[in-house]
Amino acid sequence: MMHTYSLAKMSHALQKKTISSTELTQFLLTRIQASLKINAFISLDADYALQSAKQSDEKIALQQGGALTGIPIAHKDNICTRVMRTTCASKMLAEFVSPYDASVVQYFSDYGCVMLGKTNLDEFAMGSSNENSFFGAALNPWNIRCTPGGSSGGSAAAVAARLVPLATGTDTGGSIRQPAAFCGVCGLKPTYGLISRNGIIAYASSFDQAGLLAQTAEDLAISLAAIARFDENDSTSISVDVPNYVEQINKPLRAIKIGLPHCFFHPDVDPAIQNALSLAIRTFEKLGATIIELDLQTYETWIPCYYTLACAEASSNLARYDGVHFGHRSQKASSWREMVTQSRSEGFGTEVKRRILTGTYLLSSQHFDAYYVHAQKIRRKISQDLQQALSQVDLLLGPTTPTLAYPLDKTQKSAIHHQLSDIFTVPANLAGLPALSIPAGQHQGLPIGMQLMGAHFSEALLLQVAHAYQRETDWHAQIPPAFAGADIGDIL
Amino acid sequence: MSFETVIGLEVHAQLNTETKLFSKGSTVFGAEPNTQVTFVDAGFPGTLPVLNRHAVHLAIQFGLAVQATIQQNTYFERKNYVYPDLPKGYQISQYRHPLILNGHLDILSLNGQLKRVTISHAHLEEDAGKLLHKFQQTAVDLNRAGIPLLEIVTSPCLSNTTEVITYLKSLNQLLRFLNICNGNMQEGSFRCDVNISLKPIGSSVLGTRVELKNLNSYRFIEKAVLFEENRQRECLLAGQPIRQETRLFNEASMTTEPMRDKESTHDYRYFPDPDLMPIFISDALITRLSTQLPELPRAIEKRLEAEGLDQQDDRDYLLTSPAILAYYDAVRSITQASPKLLINWIKGPLTAALKDRQQSFENISLSPQLFSELLNQLTTERLSTSMAKNLLTQLLNGELDSIDALSDDHSAGLSEQEIQAIIEQTLQEYPLQVTQYQQGNSKVLSFLMGQTLKNLRDKPVDPKKIQAALIKKME
Repeated sequence: MMHTYSLAKMSHALQKKTISSTELTQFLLTRIQASLKINAFISLDADYALQSAKQSDEKIALQQGGALTGIPIAHKDNICTRVMRTTCASKMLAEFVSPYDASVVQYFSDYGCVMLGKTNLDEFAMGSSNENSFFGAALNPWNIRCTPGGSSGGSAAAVAARLVPLATGTDTGGSIRQPAAFCGVCGLKPTYGLISRNGIIAYASSFDQAGLLAQTAEDLAISLAAIARFDENDSTSISVDVPNYVEQINKPLRAIKIGLPHCFFHPDVDPAIQNALSLAIRTFEKLGATIIELDLQTYETWIPCYYTLACAEASSNLARYDGVHFGHRSQKASSWREMVTQSRSEGFGTEVKRRILTGTYLLSSQHFDAYYVHAQKIRRKISQDLQQALSQVDLLLGPTTPTLAYPLDKTQKSAIHHQLSDIFTVPANLAGLPALSIPAGQHQGLPIGMQLMGAHFSEALLLQVAHAYQRETDWHAQIPPAFAGADIGDIL
Repeated sequence: MSFETVIGLEVHAQLNTETKLFSKGSTVFGAEPNTQVTFVDAGFPGTLPVLNRHAVHLAIQFGLAVQATIQQNTYFERKNYVYPDLPKGYQISQYRHPLILNGHLDILSLNGQLKRVTISHAHLEEDAGKLLHKFQQTAVDLNRAGIPLLEIVTSPCLSNTTEVITYLKSLNQLLRFLNICNGNMQEGSFRCDVNISLKPIGSSVLGTRVELKNLNSYRFIEKAVLFEENRQRECLLAGQPIRQETRLFNEASMTTEPMRDKESTHDYRYFPDPDLMPIFISDALITRLSTQLPELPRAIEKRLEAEGLDQQDDRDYLLTSPAILAYYDAVRSITQASPKLLINWIKGPLTAALKDRQQSFENISLSPQLFSELLNQLTTERLSTSMAKNLLTQLLNGELDSIDALSDDHSAGLSEQEIQAIIEQTLQEYPLQVTQYQQGNSKVLSFLMGQTLKNLRDKPVDPKKIQAALIKKME
């Protein structure tokens, strides 16, 4: 029943040599092949994976292995890898092979992780449903008619379906946490600057952070250690002393103060989600926490502020896709200028175009002060608001999303609707704060996620609280029915 | 209606750093296309810029040299536009808070007065790649992409080509003596754009300005300005408004033409680059960089004058390059020769000899010590001028590595008696000329000198001594 093992359990078994990385890798590759329908992966390379697994087994045999040696991993397909393509789920990069590895990829490789493949996402990480993918939507393993969330939909689905114990994601406005919530797994967006952005294909530079998806807080703690470090290749990377996360999460939990912002519990939040949160709050109280209700004044500015600045940065970050040096080049053009406009028209999907056009407009000289500058000032205020709240409590608690995973065929919702559903997750990106989504319940076969947001560099505390919660509950151990068995049956 | 010309200049100077402004790519000139390009330079997906602090230090030193304000809190902005030589679709530059503000450079104006040229600001930015047009195709070479540039902008305070050229030459010289730029226009490390407009004499309202580009030599700059002045004057006299545009200088026709394929007013949508941290420059850093400033041209001039070089030409010559000055200073500090002798020899025989050998003062193979010794012996008259020139040749050819050996050799050619014998012999060959000389025809002396030297078969001798001996013999 290897697929039910958490990363921690797999690690233990590998180190004890009760299983080999080769066995484990082969097993998971078979499971992946049986689950192609959920479209969690864009690229797979079995040969490369088995080769890596073999190397890891050799290391373990020589007693040179560590906690992550031989552990299978999947990387979100907007993270550069030299092996396999890096497509960003876009026609623009459909054939692109990066000449270098992202720093996080290199770090995991150095620690002996075995890369199985690249996971599906919303194109260029823009979206919250994984429908904006050139390679088709990924499906939610709990209910294949529903979205797995986005933009890291493929990574969340892969971990939920137990195809891989660990996956990387990126989170700009909630893109790790929201799919984690929709898929019933744990998703961590670390403090901005803790994880190197070198090799993370940029969407919105001052918001993007690479992060992790796994089954448990403990799994996150084990894997965070590999990538939480200073990187000189990223000028926004911070050099801080990083605690031993695994050690920290196992320390007894002191009496903490948990803040409940009123705006996180407004009437529009699905009642099932509100109930799950109420139960969770009682569990925290049982664990010795004090609950304090508070207000976040800047609430109504979060979404417009996020979209203004993210679109502005995106419009500039995506200017390099002009068909000249890499990526899709149109064959239909008869001049250079035509070549650029055609390549971009052909290469980008609708949502990407929408955000580029919006961002270009916002940065134009006539509107720069009214939108961009104004949004920057508001961002500062939002940051102060959250930090002020976090000076009174240890962490802020609330639902990760206002709704459960919604059906795919009904998601002809307006772009605005999608944007508004990011409401609980964007504040962490606006203020650069770490935030974690963990499973807190289920309703009608769909998972419910709750979010813990802490002060800068409080990952150890967040993981410790989550770990304590996961010792009292078993939501995190639930597996989607179609994927619970060793053999994946017909998942229609 | 009479018009006056108003000119402002933008100079882009490539900074002498080992690596590029935001990557570790090499900055060496002349490599094969696309061999000095990192993934960062090429804007590959996922790559990020990392600031080369040395470039900031060089920019600060420029600011100090022109008495500018150093903006201690500054940051980089993205200048967004699309062009094939711009891989990221934006250039990392500065806009709202340039690093250097309000400096000046004093130049000699037409009427011999000192004119203060205001440098309104200078900022750092990365260079773009180069386009090569060949066989109706365009190829992109990204070697240059990312090289650090210091863009130096004057206020519109210049009014004629003399001021323009004088300013540019002074600026070029300053940059070279600061050792922050090699000032090479041919290689593209010193590039100038001209902003020019006309206004009625006495008016305080500036006319519409036109930007001139593709000016690859001082001569072309001059031609372009004159052509454009004329073009604008004709337009205005005919009642036509001047279009605000960028015009390229056409070297073949010596005219300026409107640029195709680029919008005349472009909205660059500047915003702070979120991939880079703001820069804070401490007082301590400014102080340190200030103490590390090399000697600057105006100070050098004063010093040279105080040391005895009272001719402007001589001082100007030494200020043509730091290498020449350094050589002069090195020799001057150890030689017994006068500064005047030294400068004459540098300007004259040494420069000529270097030119013959395609050497320059940057890579001269004659050490200051040996050159000093040569000049010492010239001063004490142990060597004659022509002997010294011969010696110089041999030293530069590497045929000799010390002076003493040769100056002994010199007189080892012929003994005093042998020389006297040959003089006797020559005088006996030409009795007619001897008589002419004795009757007062002094011009015939050079004929006799020539014949004597011929008979001496090019043995190294001191012509002054030969001449003296001839005269003595004929008395």
